[in-house]
Amino acid sequence: MRHRIVRWLADHLVVFAGVAVLGYLFLPIAVVVLLSFNRPASRLSYSFNEFTLDNWLHPCGAGDLCDALAISAQIGLLATAVATVLGTLMAFALARHRFRGRSGTNLLIFLPMATPEVVLGSSLLALFVASAVPLGFSTILIAHIMFCLSFVVVTVKARLAGMDPQLEEAAADLYATEWQTFRRITLPQVLPGILAAALLAFSLSFDDFIITNFNSGNTVTFPMYVWGSAQRGVPPQVNVVGTAMFGIALLLVLAGELRRRRRPEGPPVAIAETRAAALVADAR
Amino acid sequence: MTALTGVTVGQAPPPATPPRPRRRLIAYLLLLPGGLWLALFFVLPMAGLASTSLYDPAGSLETGYQMTWEWRNYVDALREFWPQFARSFWYAGLATVAGLLLGYPLAYMIAFKSGRWRNLLLVLVIAPFFTSFLVRTLAWKTILADNGPVVEALRAVGLLGPDGRLLATSFAVVAGITYNFLPFMVLPLYASLEKIDRGLIEAASDLYASPATAFRRVTLPLSMPGVVAGTLLTFIPAAGDFINAELLGTPRQYMLGNVIDSAFLVRLDYPQAAALSFMLLAAILLLVFGYVRRAGTEELV
Amino acid sequence: MPMSGELRLVSVTKRFGGFTAVDDLTLTVPQGSFFALLGPSGCGKTTTLRMVAGLEEPTAGRIRLGEADITRLRPYRRPVNTVFQSYALFPHLDVFENVAFGLRRRGAPDVAGRVRQTLDLVELSGYERRRPAQLSGGQQQRVALARALINRPKVLLLDEPLGALDLKLRRQMQIELKRIQTEVGITFLHVTHDQEEAMWMAETVAVMNAGRVEQMGPPAEIYEFPATRFVATFLGKSNLLAGRVTGTAGADVTVEVAGGRFALPQPRNRASGESVLLGVRPEKVRMARPTDVVPDGHNRLPGVITDTCYAGVSTEYLIRTGWGQELSVFSSNATADSPLPPGTEIVMHWNPAHSFLLDRPQGAEPEPPEPDEVAASPGSRFEEVR
Repeated sequence: MRHRIVRWLADHLVVFAGVAVLGYLFLPIAVVVLLSFNRPASRLSYSFNEFTLDNWLHPCGAGDLCDALAISAQIGLLATAVATVLGTLMAFALARHRFRGRSGTNLLIFLPMATPEVVLGSSLLALFVASAVPLGFSTILIAHIMFCLSFVVVTVKARLAGMDPQLEEAAADLYATEWQTFRRITLPQVLPGILAAALLAFSLSFDDFIITNFNSGNTVTFPMYVWGSAQRGVPPQVNVVGTAMFGIALLLVLAGELRRRRRPEGPPVAIAETRAAALVADAR
Repeated sequence: MTALTGVTVGQAPPPATPPRPRRRLIAYLLLLPGGLWLALFFVLPMAGLASTSLYDPAGSLETGYQMTWEWRNYVDALREFWPQFARSFWYAGLATVAGLLLGYPLAYMIAFKSGRWRNLLLVLVIAPFFTSFLVRTLAWKTILADNGPVVEALRAVGLLGPDGRLLATSFAVVAGITYNFLPFMVLPLYASLEKIDRGLIEAASDLYASPATAFRRVTLPLSMPGVVAGTLLTFIPAAGDFINAELLGTPRQYMLGNVIDSAFLVRLDYPQAAALSFMLLAAILLLVFGYVRRAGTEELV
Repeated sequence: MPMSGELRLVSVTKRFGGFTAVDDLTLTVPQGSFFALLGPSGCGKTTTLRMVAGLEEPTAGRIRLGEADITRLRPYRRPVNTVFQSYALFPHLDVFENVAFGLRRRGAPDVAGRVRQTLDLVELSGYERRRPAQLSGGQQQRVALARALINRPKVLLLDEPLGALDLKLRRQMQIELKRIQTEVGITFLHVTHDQEEAMWMAETVAVMNAGRVEQMGPPAEIYEFPATRFVATFLGKSNLLAGRVTGTAGADVTVEVAGGRFALPQPRNRASGESVLLGVRPEKVRMARPTDVVPDGHNRLPGVITDTCYAGVSTEYLIRTGWGQELSVFSSNATADSPLPPGTEIVMHWNPAHSFLLDRPQGAEPEPPEPDEVAASPGSRFEEVR
């Protein structure tokens, strides 16, 4: 009997370790949720003081927090839209066409992903300053589209590469013209990939601080707001926003997960895999 | 049996039809807008950064800069900031190793032991991304705070002196970096572990390999693509990070990112900032290409 | 041959949740024999094999190898090796390292020499530095075999090892496997769903169905005298006629099927009850014109050809009996006669010693209706049906 317990423990050791790591991943989120119900003792206090619902009832009660959120949302949506369209077009070119300069194009798409954000942000700042472009909403947007683009290309390209090419051949065999094949077969097949890419782009844009920091001028996005308030004391409403974002996103993903119950490989894995594969393959 | 050796299994090579000119034109048209964007807002700034790094440091934003091919900018920047430079790579390396040690068991559990919970667990791994990076990092401030439960527990068991603290130490910065990029480690690891045929591990076990040996000889080598991808995805952003050092550390923990940030935005010393950025980029790219080349040819299938 | 190395499964049961994959299985595999577990997919044969390998633990029962009880032994502690269905060759190791894997784990001496010798045995010398992906299916199969054999296991387990090969290659590998087994003298436990493969290669075949062994014995015995309805239809084809035992006549049992009478020798009778299935293999049935002379003592059954399939060595006929059942008959094409066209009326006849009698399980073939108004021979009834 003791032998069996030891064996069971040995078999499940990795499970205990894995759950512990998950706990590590979720600890700060738990703290964020907790602090969203906190009435802080002082402006610079980071510890839990007293339970309150005030922060949830007045989420916009902390300075320009909601303005910053609105700007982040606008930039996120615009950057996502442009990057998704441009990136999808590039992905199609790379996955479905042979042309001279393929490897050069692949490198052009790989390099922004391998470049630290500090370098991306500072180089753009140098460009904008040198060409006297005023910093603000539009420069943030330009920067966000630039760094989201590569991730969109890689995600959609992977989806296209995973598609059975015989599907398109079968459509052609069944009297579909090139446009009809694209419209009826290719696009529906690739759509989940495009959607995943758009979600990724939005989350990258919405959460970006480092690149934005260089190119924002006086425009304050949500991460900029948090950064600024970190110096002066973070209002608890920031934690409300963090909790709400987490809750909404989790619900969305879980709903999507339930809908695609039968397919084991969802966007999260696809994204990770494509990012990883792209980095490894292209760096070679 | 000799007849057998002559038998080859494989598909016929794909028919080598030359692309029609019209289709090639379409390809270029599809690439044009995105390519233009990257050329304008990635390649051009990089070139600008390169030339800025060689400007005469005597200039300023108001008076303008002179191109004097000042290679000394690099030497000066390195002489002045080599501790931050070294610290960036040291912290990034530590965080990468810590991330691998933490991420591997989690990825392994999801790939091999999770059964029908697999999708839920994957969602949980990416869930931290749903809250702001900054907000989560600030939460670590609460967790590691001087009068927080973690510090008090460590003081109670004597791992930390009565005045010992976690916040504003190298430990806090590395822990924060590790935490922030852990999902980037776990997901590629999971993806490559999940691809491993369970039969291979059974075969190893059938061939006298204990679970530990089977892991070392079969599972680990086959998961190397994930290890390579995960370490890169962690190391690259970690080396350029300055948020963790700023929020969880003190100027004594500052990394190259902090220096670049203040050189561009506070000190307005553009040539030096550009030289530092360029050195960071060059160092990372050298490291990445060297690493992938080594791991790629020797370990990957 | 000493009995010390025989493999014995005693009342082994394996349940997965509510599903019983292997049900109270008892089996003895003599040392040095070539033993085949034959059955359809899902019959529990692979689970049985995996329990012997140690990759599954039995829910109940014991597994012994010689004197040792290996029921709970972990796979890497068992002197048993497996050739996996998918081969499970390590893709990151070359052929040499794949084959050397087991030896290295056990710290055996002279790895290089033994690998060379084993690769010679499977005729793969010169392929040492290839990766599995660079080999053809047949070559991969032989690497998998070498990788298991090199450890000189007490029992070699083969899990559908030839399933992924094309027909021609499979035949060659079957001959090859038999040669190697004779050469090394190791006990082979071979799992397959291919009845021809099992009969061709094994000295003893155990036919499994729904977690149980239906029949075990030499291939010829199982084929010629199947013990159950399942064996009769899974192993080759059988024509089964539902009927009743009516009595005995000398050394014979008499059976009535739809008003017709058939006889067969008492030793060919496995039935204990009255409700029976009379079986006869398609190639044992011969055909005659209604006017031809049928050999003395043969059972006769008139019918009409509904389909003729020319298959090279033989022609396969479908023949409808008076009560509408379709029987099959294989007729050798040894003579140059042209096949009979559909619609031809014929009389099927067979040597009673070539037929067999089984208990009719409940829910099996319903008995054809008695031709109540026609007491005459089934032939005249047949006219009516038309």
